[in-house]
Amino acid sequence: MKYLFKNTTIINPEQQLSLKDFDILISDGLIIKIGQNLEYDNSNTKVIELKGKILVPGFLDMHVHLREPGREDEETIETGSRAAANGGFTAVACMPNTEPSIDSAEVIELIKNKSKSFIVDVYPVAAATIERKGEFLSPMLELKEAGAVAFSDDGVAIKTASILKRAMEYSKMIDLPIIEHCEDESLSNGSMNEGINSTLFGLLPLPSVSEDIIVMRDILMAQYTGARVHIAHISSANAVKLVREAKKKGIKVTAEVTPHHFTLTDDLLKTYDTNLKMNPPLRTHQDVQEILEGLKDGTIDCIASDHAPHSIEEKELEFDYAPNGVVGLETSVGIALSELFHKKVLSIEEIIMKYSINPRKILNIPIPSFAEGSKAEFTILDLNEVWTVDKEKFLSKSKNTPFDKRLLTGKPLGIFNKGKLFLNGEII
Amino acid sequence: MPLSNRHLLGMQNVPKEDIQLILDTANTFKEILERPIKRVPTLQGKTIVNLFYENSTRTRISFELAEKRLSADAINFSVSTSSVSKGESLKDTVKNIEAMKVDMIVIRHSVAGTPYMLTKLCDANIINAGDGIHEHPTQALLDLYTIREKKGSFENLKVCIVGDIAHSRVALSNIFALKTMGAKVSVCGPSTMIPKFIEELGVEVIYNIDEAIQENDVLNVLRIQLERKAREYFPSIREYVKYFGINSQRLEKNKKDILILHPGPINRGVELSSDVADGPYQVILQQVTNGVAIRMAVLYLLGTLN
Ligand SMILES: [Zn+2]
Repeated sequence: MKYLFKNTTIINPEQQLSLKDFDILISDGLIIKIGQNLEYDNSNTKVIELKGKILVPGFLDMHVHLREPGREDEETIETGSRAAANGGFTAVACMPNTEPSIDSAEVIELIKNKSKSFIVDVYPVAAATIERKGEFLSPMLELKEAGAVAFSDDGVAIKTASILKRAMEYSKMIDLPIIEHCEDESLSNGSMNEGINSTLFGLLPLPSVSEDIIVMRDILMAQYTGARVHIAHISSANAVKLVREAKKKGIKVTAEVTPHHFTLTDDLLKTYDTNLKMNPPLRTHQDVQEILEGLKDGTIDCIASDHAPHSIEEKELEFDYAPNGVVGLETSVGIALSELFHKKVLSIEEIIMKYSINPRKILNIPIPSFAEGSKAEFTILDLNEVWTVDKEKFLSKSKNTPFDKRLLTGKPLGIFNKGKLFLNGEII
Repeated sequence: MPLSNRHLLGMQNVPKEDIQLILDTANTFKEILERPIKRVPTLQGKTIVNLFYENSTRTRISFELAEKRLSADAINFSVSTSSVSKGESLKDTVKNIEAMKVDMIVIRHSVAGTPYMLTKLCDANIINAGDGIHEHPTQALLDLYTIREKKGSFENLKVCIVGDIAHSRVALSNIFALKTMGAKVSVCGPSTMIPKFIEELGVEVIYNIDEAIQENDVLNVLRIQLERKAREYFPSIREYVKYFGINSQRLEKNKKDILILHPGPINRGVELSSDVADGPYQVILQQVTNGVAIRMAVLYLLGTLN
């Protein structure tokens, strides 16, 4: 099957590429030709008119929870992949807090096998320690060989400084990063950010210093070991400042932020909406301002959704009893385009860096390029389409979004990957 | 003039006129409680469910009595005697209760925000009888009623709330209600038990109990939780008693004319010494009596809104 995408804009900052009103011809998943007014064979070519739309190297969400194996009632690799495609992602990195956790080559192979037939590439992040318990190192060499792209005990931070030190020393050998969920558990018995709002709403506090302490610990350990550490879902102003200073010193630290942490604040919890309950929690306006600063100056490298599907029954529980986490694959790009691109926090090139180029650099994954002979892997965006989030239209199995009914400007229309086109909600 | 809200979820954002109305209405009911026949037909035909997810015999009995004296049909639904212990969800429970055509739900729950959630789940008037460490509005109202009885007015009245402010629903409701009524509010307790940002509510923080006694007209003394978990916040009961406990020597030494409230039950010898708990400054049993009148007032005003 051949595809011709006509009259589109093609942008890839990594190639310093910016083409307007170009055509791109694809055959068997490979880019055959890029040019203007390309000739094509009517009989076997699907023609897609993309005037006013843009093609960018495929977006990768480096922090999603696909729940398989273990909680297939909330999400599966199949439904998670469809949600990813619908959200404009050609690839995702899935976190290891499954049941069983991703701490053996068998589980990695299961995920790889299941995802093979779907349009989205699924890159497993393996546990850093067995069962994410912080006691014994996972078999990192074997896990890498099976396909792991990073190590993390996400859900929790790596338990002690001593096992963290060994995890960093060991992973350094194979140049894979440690992804850290930064939270000092001894400070975490609450359900929202500590501030005047936690007092007003009567919810036990999760102080931001709980995040900062582990960010600091991890930065110092990365400096000491020379290993790479990636800070997941950064949420506090101090943590952003710590990462900024560490980068200046040349320490190998990178960071990601979720759309909810750069958009929403803790005052919204006055409605006790459990779709606003996540960990790290929503923080204050000052934290959001520092995060936006960090996105601008490059302190924060990536945008990742921390897509965390939960069943309706669980999210309908009383606030303290409801689980942490929100889905994000199908709103992430729309939120970023509305809140960052249209509000002039980031240029489209910077958005592409944070969604496509930087995550792949961190995870050692080849970056898709627009070049004749290359694999075709791209995301199709409409920067100006105005649309309303409707959770009932999600392809994810779960609907726990804080962004339902939100009006957004800018939308992912589809993706091309593995020789297949996903456009407007379905494979074409 | 009716109340401005059809639920009583907390004292935050309850306007002065509403508080005034509730206190004045409670006056009428208190008179009725002095009569030989203490029952009025005001809420005849109304059904009220006391939905208690947390054991609180005192609060439940007070509400139940208030409901019965207003001639409402009162039904108790508590964790130990219902399907909740078998794991029924809050939503299912509330839907079931609503299907039985209930007019009002009085809810006590250990999780903050649950009364608010109820307002989204059903049409009944919701009264918060305590949610987690958030609010306990009828307690604050009965405290205000008792203070007004003794002190006349709240203007320029200095009230200090003493104890574990950070884990007290009584403290927060009192702070909101007292400030709305024009009182000057302070809190006193170990710093680990004072919320980090409490001063943003316009509340003064005092760490010295003698100073708190000297500077205030009213002390509202909270119960100190003695369970292991709560004990992580202060070194020992001995140290608490020595530096924050209120005893008669301390009162004599500092000031005589002070009003002492306590929401009960008292830990005698901890937050209050026995001679203070039974002494001339306290109004603890009046609070209990006033509690019934206040709850009658709240139930009456909400139950006759529409
Ligand atoms: Zn996490």
